[in-house]
Amino acid sequence: MKIAVLIKQVPDTDEVKMDPEKGTMIRDGVGSLINPLDLNALEAALFLKGERGGTVTVLSMGPPQAERALREGLALGADRAHLLSDRAFAGADTWATAKVLATLLEKTGPYDLVLAGEKATDGETGQVGPEVATLLGLPFATYVSRLSATDGGLEVRRTVEEGYQRLRLPYPCLATVLHDLNEPSMPTLAGKKRGRRAEVTRWGLSDLGLEETEVGLSGSPTRVVRIAHPKITRQTAFYGARDLDRGIAHVVALLKEKALLQGGGQA
Amino acid sequence: MRTERNGLGGVFVVAEVRRSGIHSCTLELVSKARELADARGREVTAIVLRSPSEEPVEPLFRHGADRILLVEDERLGSLNAEVHSRIVAHLIGKGDAEIVLAPATTTGRTLLPAVAALIHTGLTADCTGLEIDAETGLLLQTRPAIGGNVIATIKTPDHLPQMATVRPKTFPVAPPQDRLGRVERPLLDESLFCTSVVCLGEESVEGEEVDIQGLDVIVSGGKGLKRPEGFRLLQELADLLEGAVGASRPTVEAKWISYPHQVGLSGKVVAPRIYLAAGISGAVQHLAGMQTAETIIAVNKDPEAPLFRVADVALCGDLYEILPRLIDAIRREKEERHD
Ligand SMILES: Cc1cc2nc3c(=O)[nH]c(=O)nc-3n(C[C@H](O)[C@H](O)[C@H](O)COP(=O)(O)OP(=O)(O)OC[C@H]3O[C@@H](n4cnc5c(N)ncnc54)[C@H](O)[C@@H]3O)c2cc1C
Ligand SMILES: Nc1ncnc2c1ncn2[C@@H]1O[C@H](COP(=O)(O)O)[C@@H](O)[C@H]1O
Repeated sequence: MKIAVLIKQVPDTDEVKMDPEKGTMIRDGVGSLINPLDLNALEAALFLKGERGGTVTVLSMGPPQAERALREGLALGADRAHLLSDRAFAGADTWATAKVLATLLEKTGPYDLVLAGEKATDGETGQVGPEVATLLGLPFATYVSRLSATDGGLEVRRTVEEGYQRLRLPYPCLATVLHDLNEPSMPTLAGKKRGRRAEVTRWGLSDLGLEETEVGLSGSPTRVVRIAHPKITRQTAFYGARDLDRGIAHVVALLKEKALLQGGGQA
Repeated sequence: MRTERNGLGGVFVVAEVRRSGIHSCTLELVSKARELADARGREVTAIVLRSPSEEPVEPLFRHGADRILLVEDERLGSLNAEVHSRIVAHLIGKGDAEIVLAPATTTGRTLLPAVAALIHTGLTADCTGLEIDAETGLLLQTRPAIGGNVIATIKTPDHLPQMATVRPKTFPVAPPQDRLGRVERPLLDESLFCTSVVCLGEESVEGEEVDIQGLDVIVSGGKGLKRPEGFRLLQELADLLEGAVGASRPTVEAKWISYPHQVGLSGKVVAPRIYLAAGISGAVQHLAGMQTAETIIAVNKDPEAPLFRVADVALCGDLYEILPRLIDAIRREKEERHD
């Protein structure tokens, strides 16, 4: 089974602190890591490889430092790594990101299965997976919390508002995964060594055969007009041990004010 | 692209159809769509894809739709991303949509990216604000990013349609008006239904929908509950307020409660009118999922708990003492109202 995993390098939110004044995240000096859900995707890929044989390839589009994320993927057990890095790719929205990733999947494939995270912790769009699948004409499933490979296809369980939906997708297909899919493993020492040595193939615009107008900012249908940092302007009413009665009365008053106490008394 | 399309078809809304019927977040979007369409002098079209049903679609007219494209087919009963997105792309293409909106639910967030890829246009995820730019007539789409710490405004200047998914509960449902519209049942080519994906089944969790994003009140619990039974107390409070129970990640990981309840970076992003957090410390990853709530109430025994910093009301003490007292106080208040 040939499996590809899309991995994105994101800022380490564990290290991010809040600026209490501005209500913004302090990202200075913050390290970067693999988007957590992409680790679940990679773990699933490695598990399937162990079960059915084959190879696991990790792909990432990003600045040159994204190579580190790919090396981490190799350390965890991926067989091959491809880095899409080119000035022309900068400023890509989800469409332009998906376009480049889909093109690379075509060039380095065919793959039986492509896995991605349901969403990344920085962009939080969750759009790249479905867009890549659609550009490649692959059937896909989102919000996957369980998956297994059978000869007849990939069986998945999607976690949705109403509960679960179970699907069988034929190969090749794409799935975006949630964190409760599995427990990502830590790299072993031998793995780390391999991760440092293994080759990461680099790809630029000309290697993909795409036009400059199809990628990066110029290939992006959307434009960011402005970015605002909303200040958290909440005035906290603090009630300690001695004035809890007043605190509770405050909460009840709020509920009343918002007309949330109207329903039938279920007492 | 703009060159091939003119967008005269106006604003399209993709209805959220659940097993229980057309979800109320559809009405929120139709109401907003009405506003946007009026600003552009165009029509509002709602697309309803479902298996044959008796449920009336007229409420969509009363809240703003001029036209409903109704496709009923047994094969549309369960979401098939391939088929549904192909049909939506076909209908908005034929209708020459200028703007396409869908709720940012698991369904909308699955379908719209596929539609955007099929017709090559931009898509903004999880919007919390939409308006027409008076100067250019373009749709300005506002969305929080990085857990609500940044608010970005995005536009799609050169492609049509301009597409967005919108968080449920962002826009109010407009008061119903006495208006009607046209129901059209487009005939679709059989090829649009072609798929190799098989639905093996659907199950509800706990015998009911776990849809914490759609409610006015969320009562959430964290590790501070100390034991799984603590969620029963929260459920009692949530029931009293017709709300839902939310949870922090460690409680989900400890299997005290199921994943659909998780709030935060790797769970759901919610913006209810009241968010009450009990025994939750308020890590950045949790705040990312709830800090845009209208009012935040925090119960924690640690006066330094970071959650207190974003709370409107901070109740400092043992949740097992405070919550029962709060429940009593609410019951008393409700009874008085009924007497
Ligand atoms: C990549 C990543 C993604 C994550 N995503 C999420 C996410 O989506 N959602 C999420 O919630 N977390 C997420 N986390 C985890 C997050 O960092 C925190 O670990 C988590 O939110 C803490 O949960 P908690 O507040 O329930 O537990 P704790 O931090 O252990 O806090 C428990 C609190 O309860 C209080 N308490 C204890 N006993 C009582 C009592 N009797 N009465 C009142 N108060 C009491 C304590 O003072 C304490 O403040 C993520 C982490 C990572 C690294
Ligand atoms: N630049 C990228 N390189 C590789 N994979 C990506 C990239 N951006 C997004 N992805 C994949 O798409 C998923 C969803 O990301 P997003 O749509 O940005 O929320 C991620 O979890 C990754 O698997």
